[in-house]
Amino acid sequence: MNEIIGLTLLIIGISFDVVGCIGLVRLPDIYNRLQAATKCVTLGTCMILLSVVFYTGFNSIGVKALLCIWFVLISSPTGAHAIARAAHRSGIRLWEGSIMDKYADDREGTEDIA
Amino acid sequence: MIVFISLLVFCIFLCLYRVGKGPTAPDRTVAIDILGTLVVGFCAIYSIITKKDLYMNIGISWALLSFLGTLALAKYLEGRGFDE
Amino acid sequence: MKRFVHFLLLFGIWLLLTWSLHWQDLLAGGIIALIAHVMLGDIYPVNAVKILNPVRFFWLVVYGVTFFSYMVKANFDVAYRVLNINMPIRPGIVKVRTRLKTDMARTFLANSITLTPGTLTVDCVDDHLYIHWINIVSDDPNKETEIIVQHFEKLLERVFE
Repeated sequence: MNEIIGLTLLIIGISFDVVGCIGLVRLPDIYNRLQAATKCVTLGTCMILLSVVFYTGFNSIGVKALLCIWFVLISSPTGAHAIARAAHRSGIRLWEGSIMDKYADDREGTEDIA
Repeated sequence: MIVFISLLVFCIFLCLYRVGKGPTAPDRTVAIDILGTLVVGFCAIYSIITKKDLYMNIGISWALLSFLGTLALAKYLEGRGFDE
Repeated sequence: MKRFVHFLLLFGIWLLLTWSLHWQDLLAGGIIALIAHVMLGDIYPVNAVKILNPVRFFWLVVYGVTFFSYMVKANFDVAYRVLNINMPIRPGIVKVRTRLKTDMARTFLANSITLTPGTLTVDCVDDHLYIHWINIVSDDPNKETEIIVQHFEKLLERVFE
């Protein structure tokens, strides 16, 4: 029974990973790529790690997998946020089809870096 | 299990395509960040196959170190020092 | 006492990571947790101890369930946009105000926003969050964003403040 749940989670997780990586290749600009890749790959990897818990049970492997889920959930969105801010501050504009950019409007007066 | 591993390898090749082609430096940084998370998935699958906790140790260290690397690259792109 | 909780937390993580109760492991864990505690105890948020309160713990569980459901929804949303041939995206950055005061609550809010459907936190300046949307549907996106932000704010306020 546990193996069936683990296998299902593994399949779902890996399909999310594949979708995220296709998004990384297809989408037009860095912010959209960041959205697709971060969301899908984070949840996909967490599902794979959760399936480890179902496969092996609560021994040292399972507990380490749970800790790893916690680390990935904390660190992945923070890294995405850091990259997005760095990209915007290093002067990369949004895709041409974008609707609005409040951040660039607000930063125009306070442009302190080159 | 070999199917899952080959799908993950396919993902890694997609990321490498973005690393090679990416028009700007942040694009490459994103791809490298995602690559780090995918490697954690790899370690998880290997620990299912071999039933050894060695691979989970590698996965945890890899997740934390890849996060640090991403932050360092982001700071570098922003053009600031590390003590800010 | 509050500083002691930090030490116990580090020691607990060490125990989970090694997963053995041999005396050598315990001794090494104690020494390493003490060193980390002396080095990093100053930046540890003292108020995080409040989580141990059972009422807050209950709201933390509610928050976790809500967050997980939003996250699964977000993934199907991204899958729909990426696999569609026409790629229905209309990106843009909007600005929204937050009520949360403590750093920890703001961190959790920003991370939750990043993992919920179609949004990504770009920066946090004073009380304002800048959020990148992948698909702006309405003419007044600020209002739509506020709905999502306030939904998490209500839960996080009960957990962290």
